[in-house]
Amino acid sequence: MPVEFRKDAVLSILGNKVLRLEDPKLLTVGGTYVGDLWLESMVHVSYVTSTVAHARIIGVDLEAAASMPGVVAIYSSKDVELSPMASMFRDKPAMNRPFLAKDRVRFVGEPVAMVLATSQEAAIDAAEMVLVEYDPLPVVVDPERALDADVVLYDEVGSNIVTSFGEAGDETIFGSCDVVVSLKIINQRLAPAPLEVRSAMATVDKYGRLLFYASTQTPHAVKTLLAKVLKLDPTQVHVITPDVGGGFGAKATQYPEEILVAWAALKLGRPVRWVETRSENMVGLGHGRAQVQNLTLGALADGTIQAYRVDVIQDSGAYPSIGAFLPILTKTMASGVYDIPKIEFRSTSVVTNTTPIVSYRGAGRPEATEAIERIIDVLARKLDMDPVEVRRINLISKDRFPYDTGTGATYDVGDYEGALDMLMEYSNYAELRREQKERLETSSKQVLGVGVSVYVEITNPFPNSEFGGVELTKDGGLSIRSGTSPHGQGHRTAWSMVASEIFGIPLEKIQVITGDTDVVPHGVGTFGSRSLQLGGAAVHEASVRAFEMAREVAAEMLEASPSDIVPTPDGDGLNVVGVPTSKVTYAEIYERSIAIGKKVTHELDFSETNSTFPFGAHLAVVEVDIETGKVELKRFVAVDDAGRIVAPLLAEGQVHGGIAQGVAQALLEEFSYDQRGNPQTGNLSDYTFISAMELPSFEVSHQETPTHLNPLGAKGIGESGTIGSTPAVHNAVLDALAPFGLIHIDMPLTPQKIWSALSR
Amino acid sequence: MYPAKFDYVRATDVSDALAKIGSDEDAKFIAGGHSLVPLMKFRLATPSLLVDIGRIGELSYVKDEGDYIAIGALTRHHDVQHSEILQSHLPILSHVAGLVGDPQVRHRGTIGGSVAHGDGASDLPAVLLALDATMVARSGEGQREIQAKSFFKGFLETDLRPDEILTEIRVAKGVKGWSFQKFNRRAQDWAIVGVAAVSNGSTKVAFVNMGSSPLRSVGCEEALRDGASITEAAERAVDGIEPPSDLNATSEFRVHLAKVLTRRALEEI
Repeated sequence: MPVEFRKDAVLSILGNKVLRLEDPKLLTVGGTYVGDLWLESMVHVSYVTSTVAHARIIGVDLEAAASMPGVVAIYSSKDVELSPMASMFRDKPAMNRPFLAKDRVRFVGEPVAMVLATSQEAAIDAAEMVLVEYDPLPVVVDPERALDADVVLYDEVGSNIVTSFGEAGDETIFGSCDVVVSLKIINQRLAPAPLEVRSAMATVDKYGRLLFYASTQTPHAVKTLLAKVLKLDPTQVHVITPDVGGGFGAKATQYPEEILVAWAALKLGRPVRWVETRSENMVGLGHGRAQVQNLTLGALADGTIQAYRVDVIQDSGAYPSIGAFLPILTKTMASGVYDIPKIEFRSTSVVTNTTPIVSYRGAGRPEATEAIERIIDVLARKLDMDPVEVRRINLISKDRFPYDTGTGATYDVGDYEGALDMLMEYSNYAELRREQKERLETSSKQVLGVGVSVYVEITNPFPNSEFGGVELTKDGGLSIRSGTSPHGQGHRTAWSMVASEIFGIPLEKIQVITGDTDVVPHGVGTFGSRSLQLGGAAVHEASVRAFEMAREVAAEMLEASPSDIVPTPDGDGLNVVGVPTSKVTYAEIYERSIAIGKKVTHELDFSETNSTFPFGAHLAVVEVDIETGKVELKRFVAVDDAGRIVAPLLAEGQVHGGIAQGVAQALLEEFSYDQRGNPQTGNLSDYTFISAMELPSFEVSHQETPTHLNPLGAKGIGESGTIGSTPAVHNAVLDALAPFGLIHIDMPLTPQKIWSALSR
Repeated sequence: MYPAKFDYVRATDVSDALAKIGSDEDAKFIAGGHSLVPLMKFRLATPSLLVDIGRIGELSYVKDEGDYIAIGALTRHHDVQHSEILQSHLPILSHVAGLVGDPQVRHRGTIGGSVAHGDGASDLPAVLLALDATMVARSGEGQREIQAKSFFKGFLETDLRPDEILTEIRVAKGVKGWSFQKFNRRAQDWAIVGVAAVSNGSTKVAFVNMGSSPLRSVGCEEALRDGASITEAAERAVDGIEPPSDLNATSEFRVHLAKVLTRRALEEI
């Protein structure tokens, strides 16, 4: 597809560090979130949630709660006539999730009853009075133990297995290898912990339709689900996302607590609002990762990789959701940036008495990268080779694209060696190794570690399309509509830049509308690093076509050929090329276009024929205190290649945030349960997510290898930081500890774990 | 979570505060609220009345009283951190106040609140214990002085009576050397283990989060008095102390950390 840019423009706005248009409001008056919305006679919701991980429900006594002040209604499962929420695993209907637990609870935090009252405080106080009688059942929290049928969550299914695919066990694949290494990795469970918790508000609008405000990444999917579950015609459902304070993938899933808000609003005929507490969010919003991986890698004596086996057990939590399916992306990306002749992948997803697993920044790909990048370090150690050297000799060279992997992916374009070369140069790798050696020789208690990861990931992983519409407005500005659903990314800024690039209209005269199903006819949403390459490309394509229409109107007005019409330097209108006085404003073009029935507007759905595969190379330098086990991240150097960078400031923000979350997985975060299924990290004091204080200034650079799959040449950048950084830091810590004979310690690399390993 | 229902009154001065606290058996003082409010949100504390003493200006000061420095109980951590008097005479207090939580916490939390809460995991109580500080409390019956060693009693328990208000903390001048070793995973977290060491004539060592209340390291101090080396004294630092286990550290790891951190503190003093 030819890349179309403003050929007359001396300077393009794309690629410039444009400040976010969103920020002045967010930093002054603040955003408007669901929790900021208020309607007359609004009813507030508090859910009674399970305090035990696995039990039969003997009874739910609502009587005492019902007489509490302010209570409007209380519902338990027998009041909710809705069919359970269908999971994507249609062969396991027994695993469909009920809106309120019926007969049995399967994790701590599962809603059992819904209390509606005239204030949030009254709802919470009443919820405390609901008596649920449980008959405890044995609990399984460990996904490996869930494979046994000792404790089964769904009697009708008879085992805890949701799905499995792939084969592993052909020992001949390692036959040609001189050396074979094995590694078991626990890719631990993480809590997404967005700053804005889950929330929803529903009311019946003046037309009698359901109006639903959602804190979501996928408003149109919410609309579809509401219509289906509540048996409404889709025309009778209007979904709006106000400002959304983060989601990290976990808000791309719809939750029963949200849908019930709409159900209750229709039942009561009153506006209903639910804003959960942080403690509820920590167990109610889906979790991420949670894989157990058994890995085997075989190579020749010179380090050439011959065969790789990945055997995954995916913890799906109590009710299978998207998380049970995500090993498919772990499979797709299993071989990473390396040319691996033989590869086996097997995965089994199981249910456990824990919070359901959903997508979380990276969603199946960080797990793949962590696996291959960790075991390649183990291989390097075994071969006594430099880990960078082992990587280098196995990289897919840049002349081999498009490249078909052994696990079903076709990488579009790449230059992995280029990224690695840049990384070596920027980090001054040789000097780091020298300094590391010097420290060891002085018997310092603060040992240095250097870790590298070279990653490739998949963005727009399940290729589909996105809606974009561009329209010239009466005042000579632009109105953009997009099916993407930003929740912090800065789409208003980026889409404005993309349209301004074509029309020359300044950013302040461009409006961007997202997250309103009445205005945006359809859309998919924002997840999987898809928005720029699909939604941004749709805006670009629609802009190109709408601009052609504007040119035709102007050409007629100026009695010139459309091909001679270009934007004026101030972006106020169009003029004949080389004749600045022969000019019409966009406002005049609008007026004329209406008069002749040729409105300047275009909308379309843009799709890519395949996913795109951003890549890069990350390096971490850590200092490990071998007396206390404390790790300090000293440097983090990243070279990322997400194709053409449209909005550098936004891209850099994505990389910074991604790295921070990836580092947090390596060093700090884990959502853990005790053996009885009680959450041990259910608040932000115990769940140690990362802050700027724990991080150095990142050294971030970009290589740009444009993709040919969209007219912007852009790939996704939202998840790369998370994907590349975790193994770089993990490798760095084990690199520091290698002189003490340690090969692997599971994440998070806490002082306790490191000290215990060193003491053994 | 939300706190259980409670009433709230604001005290204008110390006498008013004492009168108000006496009006309700289940009343609690609140100053910065950064220790009490979390307990109330978890409903681990359910006072029926909060007497807000946060705006009693007369209790917010740092004064040089000649032999000692007097710190008003309602002095915010931020002010302790930036007090020039403390920075020149008791820099350990300024330094440690600067490690409490984050800037928002330090602008709300008070030194007296931290001390009166008596949390063994808080930094300032352990530092004051190492400094042999004197707590001044007032009630309807008058004023009394309590030595730090007898002030901290047990888990969230101090020598303060329900009808008393902590008004001042006094710390003798003459600290020659000091060190504070705070070990945590994130800057804003509580210490997993903390060690405060000061030398003012002799060397005193106190621990953060090694027990239900701030603790003095009797073993280490004795060893040093007996002329032991730093390494030997650090080895004895945890004699008689059985620290708790939690998510961040087992008891065994805490013992190890306490020894390492004590050694480092003594080396730094």
